[in-house]
Amino acid sequence: MKVDHSLPLEYSTKQNGLNIFGFWVFLAAEIMLFATLFTSYFTLEHRTAGGPNGTEIFEIAPVLIETFVLLTSSFTIGLGVHAMRIGRKKAMMTFFVITLLLGLVFIGFEIDEFITYIHEGATLQTSAFTAMLMTTLGTHGAHVTFGLFWGTAILLQVKKSGLTPETANKSFIFSLYWHFLDVVWIFIFSFIYLKGMM
Amino acid sequence: MEFFERFAIPNPSLAIYISMVAIALTMVAIVAGLTYFKKWGYLWREWLTTVDHKRIGIMYLLSALIMLFRGGVDAIMLRAQLAVPDNKLLDPQHYNEVFSTHGVIMVMFMAMPFIFAFMNFVVPLQIGARDVAFPRLNALSFWLFFFGAMLFNISFVIGGSPDAGWTSYFPLAGNEFSPSVGTNYYMLAIQISGIGTLMTGINMITTIFKMRAPGMTLMKMPMFTWATLVTNLIIVTVFPVITVALAMGTFDRLFGTHFFATSNGGMDMLWANLFWVWGHPEVYILILPAFGIYSEIISTFSGRNLYGYKSMVASMVIISALSCMVWAHHFFTMGQGAVANSFFSITTMAIAVPTGVKIFNWLFTLWKGKIRFTVPMLYSVGFIPLFVIGGVTGVMLAMSAADYQYHNTMFLVAHFHNTIIPGVVFAMLAGLTYYWPKMFGFMLNERIGKWSFWLLSIGFCLAFFPMYITGLDGQARRMYTYSEATGYGPLNMLSFIGAGVMAISFALIVYNVYYSIRYSPRNIGADPWDARSLEWATHTPIPEYNFAIEPHVASSQAFWDAKKKGHELFPGKLEKIHMPNNSGVPFIMGAIFFVWGFSMVFSLWIPAILSILAIFACMALRSFERDHGRYISVKEIEETETKLRGVN
Repeated sequence: MKVDHSLPLEYSTKQNGLNIFGFWVFLAAEIMLFATLFTSYFTLEHRTAGGPNGTEIFEIAPVLIETFVLLTSSFTIGLGVHAMRIGRKKAMMTFFVITLLLGLVFIGFEIDEFITYIHEGATLQTSAFTAMLMTTLGTHGAHVTFGLFWGTAILLQVKKSGLTPETANKSFIFSLYWHFLDVVWIFIFSFIYLKGMM
Repeated sequence: MEFFERFAIPNPSLAIYISMVAIALTMVAIVAGLTYFKKWGYLWREWLTTVDHKRIGIMYLLSALIMLFRGGVDAIMLRAQLAVPDNKLLDPQHYNEVFSTHGVIMVMFMAMPFIFAFMNFVVPLQIGARDVAFPRLNALSFWLFFFGAMLFNISFVIGGSPDAGWTSYFPLAGNEFSPSVGTNYYMLAIQISGIGTLMTGINMITTIFKMRAPGMTLMKMPMFTWATLVTNLIIVTVFPVITVALAMGTFDRLFGTHFFATSNGGMDMLWANLFWVWGHPEVYILILPAFGIYSEIISTFSGRNLYGYKSMVASMVIISALSCMVWAHHFFTMGQGAVANSFFSITTMAIAVPTGVKIFNWLFTLWKGKIRFTVPMLYSVGFIPLFVIGGVTGVMLAMSAADYQYHNTMFLVAHFHNTIIPGVVFAMLAGLTYYWPKMFGFMLNERIGKWSFWLLSIGFCLAFFPMYITGLDGQARRMYTYSEATGYGPLNMLSFIGAGVMAISFALIVYNVYYSIRYSPRNIGADPWDARSLEWATHTPIPEYNFAIEPHVASSQAFWDAKKKGHELFPGKLEKIHMPNNSGVPFIMGAIFFVWGFSMVFSLWIPAILSILAIFACMALRSFERDHGRYISVKEIEETETKLRGVN
């Protein structure tokens, strides 16, 4: 593997550059995926079929906590990537661990939210609105959950082999993924929760 | 017993029982053959675990040909049923299943792998690369497609085939009106192969943007590479839409949601919209690579540069953009109002403009060229007039007011077969003949090839032109029979005869392969067609590293310039070459996806969950694996090169 030291570690081999470019293309596909979910959500938003609507089931407090937790995790993973670039393995790992813990807290709140919905009679089968709501939130939540496992796998590799072109590349790509999920959440917060509560 | 009953066929018939026996015998024969000839190790080492883009391309090609046969048998059954009025050959349910699987197989499991075969085989060679950007992912894409296709194909012997059309419109496709598991197969098999397609899209875009030979700017790429790039951009844009739609459809059928139902607030038209937001660009995903292949072939056999290179590129980009803005023309009659219909009417007609530009460019390439009428060239020249007829009837269908007459009639069926057969199928057969010597080291017989071209063209005209007339007369599509009083009988009989002629043509193609394997000369050299682009600049058979020295490019016909103008294609010297290692994981992951899909189809939750865990285990394995590939030493390369030069 030829390593080009003039570039940041995560870009330093040819394959690394390809991986990052390919992941951007993958994120473009993910944008289309969530765009389709949002479009379907806006189409079915008011089709509650006598079941609860957004105003009745959305609660601002847990959603705000989720938002702050996830936005903070985006900040900490940014710090993690910065630490990685200046070669501070320990700091990088610490920030990644904090990021993943925040992700875990987010998932905890989301599971609690789903349980509350089901208790309030808003299940997957209630109406087109509830099904679409849970599918959209669930797809985002599943991405975050997948990220928790993925991030852990990367952390174990950094711990074992240090900051190599390979592990740096994986960590950087993971940070792109994590930021992307944050962006999606901002849209969920604005156009599902806030719009629904108004 | 109750557990096993669900696997039974809901509407059994003699044909299905015969197929079951045939499938069982074929599988026994394959296993016995592999064991007898001791080929299991060879199969596993050289093919199932390969990450080489050329071999993956060939596997796509073989799968596509097998699926062409399966879809073709469906087609013959359909035409046989309609050949005479009040026919009782197939019952209505069986007819529904056959036209549904015919459509899905021909689009998803024949045409798609056919174009991927050429993309995989040709594009890395055309851009002077050693492989695609992510060879392992490429293998996974293939195996997901393959196992998706297998899952779809077992539906007709286990549990029942999908019967709601290839469009699978809700509420018809919902549990209420399609109670068999057939539509579950539809949702899951397309989902699995669709994920593979999306990954191919990512792979090809990265390969083309990042791995071109030095000197090959975007505007010096061969036209097929351009077509591949534009096609894969469409794939990445629209495949996520069908992913979501299929997931929602699966939820409706398996988990009792009401996305597309007519109760509890569901909206059936949401499916139609999502389906066609993917479905219409999908037909351009099929036709643009076909255009790319025609461009290569017409330029080669006219002995001229492609006319209007820039306008060729621009027209493809414009077509790709417009293709995402026309989906509602598939349901003009479903009441979305005059404004929406007018918009989609105009965008649809607008596509004729860039397509026309391409047609004229091909004609101007032929103009004053030294034309050689080889088999690939015959297909390409035959394509132009036939495709224009399909395009003109397309513009007729695009007029929303007039569409009320054509909608859901045989006129539409004639139209889209008129674009897809001379457009895509001709291109695939042309490409097959054109690239065959590069793939297998000998040419297909020209005389038999010409016979099959003429039979296919004549058979096509006989089979589909009568449908324009019966369609305008009001013969509805997807109706399993019609009465004698309608007067559709003679023209439908003509269609059946045409389908028979096409079948003979396909049989001749198979015979041609057999004949050429036995009798074709093997000493054909690396460039049997006197071609123009880089894929012909390497040896036949192609060494695994493609090019011993990275080619340097100065025009869109680098190889032609090297032959005729003394351009130096390989200025460097030999260096060791880095290659990826083979891996069995993509094959195993594909197989697990098959188990997952099958379990989901029959709501077997425990194996479904276990296979999801196994899929994640494969991904974790990949993450922790340390595989840095291997190097081919300069000595090894020299040996290979000397040997191959001896062959040529």
